[in-house]
Amino acid sequence: MSAAFEAEGLVKRFGRTTALDGVDLRAERGSVLGVLGPNGAGKTTAIRVLATLLRADAGRAVVDGVDVARDPVSVRRRIGLTGQYATVDEDLSGAENLVLFGRLLDLSTLDARARAARLLDRFGLADAGGRRASTYSGGMRRRLDLAASLVGTPAVLFLDEPTTGLDPGRREELWQTIRSLADDGTTVLLTTQYLEEADALADEITVIDEGRVIAHDTPAGLKQQAGGQTVVVRPRDPAHAGAAAEVVARATGGPVAAPRGGVVTTSVEDEREFAAVVQGLEGAGVAVTELALRLPSLDEVFLSLTDGGRTTPKEDA
Amino acid sequence: MTTTTAPGGTTARPATGRRTPAPRRCPLARHSLTLARRNLTKTLRNPGELADAVILPVVFLVLFVYLFGGAVAGSTQAYLQYLFPGILVLTTVLTGQVATALSLVQDMKKGVFDRFRSMPVPRTSMLLGSVLADAVRYVLALAVLFAVGSALGFRVETGVAPALAACVLAAVLGFSLSWLSVLAAVLLRNEVMVSTVVFLLPFPLVFGTGMAAPVETMPGWLQAWAGVNPVSRAIEAVQGLLLGGPVAGPAAATLWWSGVFLAVFGTAAVVAYRRVVG
Repeated sequence: MSAAFEAEGLVKRFGRTTALDGVDLRAERGSVLGVLGPNGAGKTTAIRVLATLLRADAGRAVVDGVDVARDPVSVRRRIGLTGQYATVDEDLSGAENLVLFGRLLDLSTLDARARAARLLDRFGLADAGGRRASTYSGGMRRRLDLAASLVGTPAVLFLDEPTTGLDPGRREELWQTIRSLADDGTTVLLTTQYLEEADALADEITVIDEGRVIAHDTPAGLKQQAGGQTVVVRPRDPAHAGAAAEVVARATGGPVAAPRGGVVTTSVEDEREFAAVVQGLEGAGVAVTELALRLPSLDEVFLSLTDGGRTTPKEDA
Repeated sequence: MTTTTAPGGTTARPATGRRTPAPRRCPLARHSLTLARRNLTKTLRNPGELADAVILPVVFLVLFVYLFGGAVAGSTQAYLQYLFPGILVLTTVLTGQVATALSLVQDMKKGVFDRFRSMPVPRTSMLLGSVLADAVRYVLALAVLFAVGSALGFRVETGVAPALAACVLAAVLGFSLSWLSVLAAVLLRNEVMVSTVVFLLPFPLVFGTGMAAPVETMPGWLQAWAGVNPVSRAIEAVQGLLLGGPVAGPAAATLWWSGVFLAVFGTAAVVAYRRVVG
């Protein structure tokens, strides 16, 4: 297997601030790498180095086999970039925007038009293609923005917080689009503050904080790494929550927190304890509507990786 | 039980056929023109921007002629003949400066240039594109100026060819000075600051001349400034081209200064742009 992009020991300083302090990133061809971290972690800086917008002070990065420092122009022919904010030109129509990028990528006017039409169609913008982008909704602008980064059929696509500012329904929509791109063989690097987003899209996740990589794994592996699976029991009759808590305490051999909202939650060592909980509930005659063994959420993972010293990533841009 | 998503699509796929076409020749000129067209389309769809560029010189022309014409030249008609060449130069020096600078600031802020920069587009062409779009504004603004001027009674005393040459000369100076606006836009990157600074920057150049009143009536320091001011040379050349009189000397000086402005401000703007955006 070959890497679609690979960065080793990237360092970038802005005056006294160190935005990147030795970051390694790597993704196989056709995979999605999620770069997860709070505001100011260095996610955008990392993307800007890989997309040749910034020069790293140290370290090296290769995109699609080309060194970004040595031959940035060749790299620019192989990548697509979508920034944090939709950068489509509002005074131009959707089609004009895409044709402009096609022309700048050395397509003939005819080819650029054909390419724009195909992309508008693919992103569900065919009907809106002739309208000015200023009339588009936030979701449409995002899709147009994404389409714009695909005009050059890039091998590697960089998406910097692509769903920032979108409402949940639109987010799902964009996720599907991003998934379909990866299925077509485009390698995607996606930064996000939404743990849910990295979980839903990424094959592997690199967690960065204060310019350093603090974890790299598959979403499942990352959750495992944070340790502790959780058993969740919701009795059919909320009045049975106390009885359920007793059963769980016996089965796991540890203290169990008081049920909250009729749900008993506690951490378990392994699957055998879970089996004991199932048997115990049956023995005690407690009927349940929910009985689950859960991996910790990525929020919990993040908190445990960053020492829990800080609050969860902020939701603003 | 909650499922975890771990799509296994990590198989290597060949990257063949996923390339943009090979680079063609002369990317700077081609991309600059493409981007100039973009800016022009934007301008035409925001007529407010154009109105400002077109109306300002006409306002100056009408205001000066009727306010000061009698006092300075004895009659508005004589004053119009005297003032018009200066207003023509003012038009190309002031037209589009603020609009160009503002659109640059917005493109930098909104991340539009980031996308261009992640594409194989020469960085200079992003600046050049916006300056080139001014050329069309010049044509429009000058056409309106000539229309209003002749309606008020201005008469070209030479011919069509010299009048066109006057326009071209003024446009060359305006083009070279618009790099000063680009430089200010790149350095300031703030709409309010840029619109004020870029609007006022050319004032000493345009008004520190014999445009509106004979230089001999000015205080010594202003006479000294008007004497060395390159815009004075441009106005003299345009006077010669529209009304007759010496042309070669002042025209050569204008071209020389335009070259200097282009070299100094253009280079500084490109260097500053590269430094700012990385």
